[in-house]
Amino acid sequence: MNADSILERGPLLVRDWLVSFLPEPARWLAGSLLAITAVIVAFASLFALLTLIERKVLARVQNRPGPNRVGIPLTKIRLFGLGQPLADGIKMLTKEDIVPRSADRVLHFLAPVALLAFAILTFAVIPFGRHLVPVELEAGVLYFFAAGAATELAVFMAGWASRNKYSLLAAMRALAQLISYELPLLLSVVPVVMLAGTLSTTGIVERQGGWTFGLLPQWHVFTPWGAAGFAIFFVAALAESNRSPFDLPEAESELIAGHLTEYSGFKYALFFMAEYFGMCALCGMGVTLFLGGWQAPLSFLAFIPSYIWFGAKLMTLLLAFMWVRATLPRLRIDQLTRLAWKFLVPLALVNLGVAAFWSLSADWTGAVRLTRWLIAAMLLAGPFVLLGRKLTAGLAPRIYRYAT
Amino acid sequence: MLGSGLLSGLAVTAKNLVGSFHDPARLTTVEYPEQQAKLPEAYRNFPFLVSENATDPMGTLRCVACQICEKECPPQCIYIEKSKDKKPDATGKLQLYPAIFDIDTSVCMSCQICVEVCPFEAIKMDQVFAIATTDRFDALLLKREQLAKPNAYYHTIHPTEAAEVDARLATERKAAAEKAAAAAAAKAAAPKPPAPPPAA
Repeated sequence: MNADSILERGPLLVRDWLVSFLPEPARWLAGSLLAITAVIVAFASLFALLTLIERKVLARVQNRPGPNRVGIPLTKIRLFGLGQPLADGIKMLTKEDIVPRSADRVLHFLAPVALLAFAILTFAVIPFGRHLVPVELEAGVLYFFAAGAATELAVFMAGWASRNKYSLLAAMRALAQLISYELPLLLSVVPVVMLAGTLSTTGIVERQGGWTFGLLPQWHVFTPWGAAGFAIFFVAALAESNRSPFDLPEAESELIAGHLTEYSGFKYALFFMAEYFGMCALCGMGVTLFLGGWQAPLSFLAFIPSYIWFGAKLMTLLLAFMWVRATLPRLRIDQLTRLAWKFLVPLALVNLGVAAFWSLSADWTGAVRLTRWLIAAMLLAGPFVLLGRKLTAGLAPRIYRYAT
Repeated sequence: MLGSGLLSGLAVTAKNLVGSFHDPARLTTVEYPEQQAKLPEAYRNFPFLVSENATDPMGTLRCVACQICEKECPPQCIYIEKSKDKKPDATGKLQLYPAIFDIDTSVCMSCQICVEVCPFEAIKMDQVFAIATTDRFDALLLKREQLAKPNAYYHTIHPTEAAEVDARLATERKAAAEKAAAAAAAKAAAPKPPAPPPAA
């Protein structure tokens, strides 16, 4: 599909038409505000939808129908429970907002705001489509992870300001977890930057265009270092967005609700929203870095607009997050940090070496290309097996003597 | 190898996710207000009064207002007032009946002691549980009109128990009828001997 078709440029044309009513000096500002509004509205409705989809998926995995009651109010129309997010939102809004007497009132108020603000900031550099990137930054990847790392501050703020021992414990855990997993997350991204030769997100997506033999898309995930990098990125992203099995900061069974213990009403809803925004942003980054961003998977499918491809890939990744949540039990804090420092970080470093080899062997041609693949795959599989053996030595399999 | 357990776990959940859509037999829950799971026969809470006939529940109550249940009730939630007159019961015998029979369900603890002490099989355990009201005083105090339910209802909720009760009552009634018949025959036969004085 050509880059200038009406569907591709549609959102931009709408924006330009809307700002054309304004005088010239205000146009740039209005255009930016429109982009911000579009991103926030789109992701807020995605958040609403995701809460429902997540509950439905979890229910289906447990062989239940899930929420299916709330439809259109005052009628008997149910629409598979599509009104549920609205009902939840109204419930959250009408709840009392409790601030503990001994809490730090300012920090207690600022924590959800800061968390949401940082989560929204990360959307700025994600290319949602061929022409749809809110801010075109040269160092987009760097900016994304800088803004994403700031969410840790907000989580700690929430735990500290609540003046509650559970909240503080959760905040400590959150710091340990988020800092531990920041490292594999960043190390898994470095090969992408190395191979693409740019920190710009649009540049990285453009480098993934085209098809090998006209069939296999040249996405980073279809290379040995890309596949390993994507796996590490996926695990680290689960931990960074506080998703099960790494949802230790709000482990209900141990810490009431962790840093959310003293939050109620709309502040709690903001935390919830920020968590989903963070998840969407990290998934969006994963799509951008490894899954080819807005590129179509097959050349004859390129007539579908790029932003639809991005949305489809984003939804797939989000569903994978839910699938993992439905499957795995929560880790212990020592298991969590051990997984990061003893397994993911070394593996990510090995992956860096493999990426270096891949970059040096870029000019190999013919049958030698196959050896390039084999060498890279073996360089990754060896450390994976060895590290895995060392990590699980003396632990598995567990024998249940009494329970059958 | 590390990760094989994770993959097999993911396969299990995926199977459940897909299976629940095309195989309705997998769904183990029912959608409550519209569908209701059948309660087990042994389930019981709150007593009700058995009446023989659904068309005239007040006239055919098995209860004879003996007040044993009222005295035995541990939380004292039953209140009975005897009638002034007598009415024939199921066997045709003249009996008292409860002019007032109240059970305070806010006090009742569903212990079934009233059922066990009743010699007339007149009070049995019900299976109602959705009895929320907006008034916690009068609406929770059930009058005899609300408590009376026909024997046929008893058969639907506790079929085995109700069949036993019916069989027992039938033999009792048969025995009572035979006794009455015998008594009537004796009565009919009895006046005769004195009439003709012995010849000797």
